[in-house]
Amino acid sequence: MYTSIAELTDAATSRSLSIGATVREREALDSDQPEDALNSKMQERLAVMRDSVGRGLAGVRSRSGLTGGDARRMAEARTQTRSQTRTRTRTAIADGTAGGAPVLIGGEPLASAIAYALAVAEVNASMGRIVAAPTAGSCGVLPGVLFSVGEIRGAGDDELIDALFAAGGVGAVIARSSTLAGAAGGCQAECGAAAAMAAAAAVQIAGGTPEQCANGVALAFKGLLGLVCDPVAGLVEVPCIKRNATSVAVALAAADMALAGIRSVIPADEVIWAMGAIGRELPAALRETALGGLAATPTGKLIASEMNAVHDDAKESSRL
Amino acid sequence: MNLTAGNDNCNHDCNGRQTNVNGVFDIIGPIMVGPSSSHTAGAVRLGLAGRVIMGGQPSRAALTLHGSFAQTYRGHGTDVALVAGILGMRPDDERIPDSFRIAREQGMEFSFSCADLGDVHPNSVLMELAGPNSSHTAVAGSSVGGGNILITRIDGFDVDFTGTSHALIVSYRDQPGVIAKITSILATEDVNIAAMRVSREGRHARALAIIELDQPVSREARALITRISGIDTVIALPPVVLA
Repeated sequence: MYTSIAELTDAATSRSLSIGATVREREALDSDQPEDALNSKMQERLAVMRDSVGRGLAGVRSRSGLTGGDARRMAEARTQTRSQTRTRTRTAIADGTAGGAPVLIGGEPLASAIAYALAVAEVNASMGRIVAAPTAGSCGVLPGVLFSVGEIRGAGDDELIDALFAAGGVGAVIARSSTLAGAAGGCQAECGAAAAMAAAAAVQIAGGTPEQCANGVALAFKGLLGLVCDPVAGLVEVPCIKRNATSVAVALAAADMALAGIRSVIPADEVIWAMGAIGRELPAALRETALGGLAATPTGKLIASEMNAVHDDAKESSRL
Repeated sequence: MNLTAGNDNCNHDCNGRQTNVNGVFDIIGPIMVGPSSSHTAGAVRLGLAGRVIMGGQPSRAALTLHGSFAQTYRGHGTDVALVAGILGMRPDDERIPDSFRIAREQGMEFSFSCADLGDVHPNSVLMELAGPNSSHTAVAGSSVGGGNILITRIDGFDVDFTGTSHALIVSYRDQPGVIAKITSILATEDVNIAAMRVSREGRHARALAIIELDQPVSREARALITRISGIDTVIALPPVVLA
């Protein structure tokens, strides 16, 4: 395992390999397994990710009943936007009028990335099967970015698997030099890390250099530094699911900046170090204890007390 | 500034959670049923550990939830996850949400209660498992983050193992030479001991040894250990790994 983004980037650049290929090569060495076996293992994870996107888009509800159906809503708005954009173009050409306005304004791949991230995070909350990437709470960010960027670039599974190795290598560096646990570092350690990993994957799929991948990591992470972990009623639902979706926007913005040749003034490894330092300074109330932030709002507390009422009922009935 | 080596939370974060990362598949993975690695995936593994220590499927399971497990078990599906593990499911099994129904079909009774289990990790459970022929075992453990678990008590003995390696759980009557005989059988088998903990109720009383191993123990070696004078039971625990 590489211990810093700088070391990983240098190894890739000096040998004209992608970040993903470099990570896979090292993993083969560390685990004493052939690269083919590692590819198969990653293919299996890719398949689970793809399946969870599909299931989420069809519409699922969480076990608590608190969340669900938003991926489907986003996907429907996206379909409507695309058909209206086509109609509008034809109408505008035919008679010079503006036609019906599209529903969504962010364009692609943002709209699909949001829909896919919501889908996977909702499947997670519904007790469906997902790939923790890096955690279950932040499992929507990477597949959201991966599949949406893959689609617009026409990437095949091999490229997506390489991109997952790139993301995994970045995550391993973050885990080693700071943390990936919301209870230790807040949401910046989960959705923030996921966005940094996803930015590296996106830059690689888009044909960026290892150096650009590293800048994508730094730029995405910087955008989410300080993000707190404040789950309502302690559940991985509010605000976690939608934070997965907003994190893809940060990842895509960072990837685009990196692809444009914009550099992060603070190098990725120092940003990762800063994330860990910020995490240690965060009060416990904002590190997955459900005591502060959104969990402590009137609505958050109301939801928590309703959940506890249901919970007490359940305890009563199990005693009967 | 050293950004890479010797950082303070490489293996444990400030809440004592283990963030053991051995490679890229610990980051892109595990494949698991949501929503929470600690409250769902870890709970499945705790149930699975209970089943293996029991030596099979119990006919009755009384589960006592503590702390955060007691507070949020319903929304996180900790209850169905524990039952799923006791039924032998792994953390990526899509039948986990249906475990209550499956348990009833297989004739396994289960019940839940919430209680303060004392000075233990917030995500802790006590599993009291009873078998068909009056066999029973009580296993306590904690889900310590990222799907990692710690088994802390077996049948009244304090233990401390993570279930990530092969382990032997040997109960016996305390007397000189028992441990030496066990370890010599393991040495003959070329099985390496990674960690060992021995505790007893008193001199010449009931004792328990937890021996964590780098390799699995063969059926023959297990039989040899079982024949040592004073040995009561020998359980071989495979690693309760994540997918």
